[in-house]
Amino acid sequence: MSPLQTDIWTLNMGPQHPSTHGVIRFVLKTDGEIIADADPDVGFLHRGLEKIAELVPYPSFMPYTDRLDYLAAINMNWAWALSIERLAGIEVPPRAEHLRVITAELNRIASHLISVGALASDMGAFTPFVHALRDRERINDLFEELCGARLTFNYCRIGGVSLDAPPGWFDRVRGFLDYYEPMIDVFNRLITDNKIFVERLRRVAPVSAEMAIAYGLVGPNLRGSGVKFDLRKDEPYGIYPQLEFEVPVGRGYRDGVLGSCFDRYMVRIEELRQSIRIIRQCLDRIPEGEIQAKVPKVLRPAKGEVYCRTEAPRGEVGFYVISNGEKTPARVKIRTGSWSAMSIIRELSKGWMIADLVAIIGSLDVIAPEVDR
Amino acid sequence: MATPAEIAERVQAQFGTAVLETVLEGRLPHLVVEAGRLQEVCAFLRESPELKFDFLSAVAGVDLGEQLQAVYLLYSYAHHHAFTLKVNAPRDNPVVPTVSGIWPAADWHERETFDLMGIRFSGHPDLRRILLPEDWVGHPLRKDYKYPESYDGITLRRDEEDWPDPGAEALYK
Repeated sequence: MSPLQTDIWTLNMGPQHPSTHGVIRFVLKTDGEIIADADPDVGFLHRGLEKIAELVPYPSFMPYTDRLDYLAAINMNWAWALSIERLAGIEVPPRAEHLRVITAELNRIASHLISVGALASDMGAFTPFVHALRDRERINDLFEELCGARLTFNYCRIGGVSLDAPPGWFDRVRGFLDYYEPMIDVFNRLITDNKIFVERLRRVAPVSAEMAIAYGLVGPNLRGSGVKFDLRKDEPYGIYPQLEFEVPVGRGYRDGVLGSCFDRYMVRIEELRQSIRIIRQCLDRIPEGEIQAKVPKVLRPAKGEVYCRTEAPRGEVGFYVISNGEKTPARVKIRTGSWSAMSIIRELSKGWMIADLVAIIGSLDVIAPEVDR
Repeated sequence: MATPAEIAERVQAQFGTAVLETVLEGRLPHLVVEAGRLQEVCAFLRESPELKFDFLSAVAGVDLGEQLQAVYLLYSYAHHHAFTLKVNAPRDNPVVPTVSGIWPAADWHERETFDLMGIRFSGHPDLRRILLPEDWVGHPLRKDYKYPESYDGITLRRDEEDWPDPGAEALYK
């Protein structure tokens, strides 16, 4: 009998693979089922957004930011609007600030729903994904009523938002929150407490706080490693300083390891509740008034540069914008959460099984257009 | 938490002539440092207990015309302060030492900056293109970049004869 062959195998995963969350390819070197190396090959969705930004006027770049992260378009809109408002020194009316928080947090819920649902589906449980999509659909309906779009909203404007809420919309948002809040518990009963699901995640691929910071992880991925840092609290913008909410962090949930895939998942589940809390406060106190500041039709911010970062569902999204006093920016650099999440996978996946790689990608909530820009 | 002026002062005191320019006004206070001593400055910013810049947000390449610039956006989770470092490199030979040994996050950011802006990071462990295909020619974010006519046999320009612009009239009739 000849001995078993134990060579290192090279295996392609993607670019079209059901669990890679967009068009991403990994070149795996495997020793049996164990990953020796996973080299991510990104760039399939590169559209040159930073180059486009240099060619179009400041307000016209807004729809392109939708396509940065199509699951959280309003958060991207807001990040761009805020960068230019800081650059040009524009004050946003309070009603617009409230509308921004309400829509951005609704969008955060929608985005986290996809993330937790897709992770469950990657782990082989399809039903939770359908439940998540069902609830997200209601958010999409609310957005459709507000601005006509269901995915790429193009809602924020430099100095405000594009449209005021239609009559009765706030009541319908409240109705959705009343419906959805108990649904988190239903979802938890369905999958978060599921033994197979927990076992597949709770000890897999832990990221220490030092490693998370060194590799530049941000947002829920960073907080999953136990670092209590949220730009909404620590570098506040908009009206977040006036709102009360907690910053959930990973703590080795379900007897697992701190910073494991399950901690990252749980941080998102907990953030759903916090987003609901934030929206309720905004609904209670939204003032009447203007939704758009007076901004010159052709915007030429004074010569200068700014790096402005905000907390999107996938963590810090930062725009580094240089203005030469022209109507188009001289340079725009976009820093996104998925970029650093993607860059840690090679180091993180070593020694884990191929099936765990699916859990790692899912728990880091990588989305391809944000990586490739 | 240290103010930008204090941070700049500390770096100035440690490195003196390696600091070429100090800009403290504006929304992005920064230092321009000598490329040759970048690694020392970064190691100091990362290790010094009063500064402790443990987080590299991003590396951005900027085309300044005769020079290319690498911009390092830093933050400290320990002290909650931010700062920016810039390095210039001549356009005909844009080489900047890598800082991927200091912040692992720099690995991918430097690859991206190399890919799109064409700044070469000496000492980088794996300096390949990352977003564009390996055989792509040129660095698109440079201001003098010329769009290619074709790539791999695929035409990248619209041929007006074969694909005439239908015009708004045809679209909305």
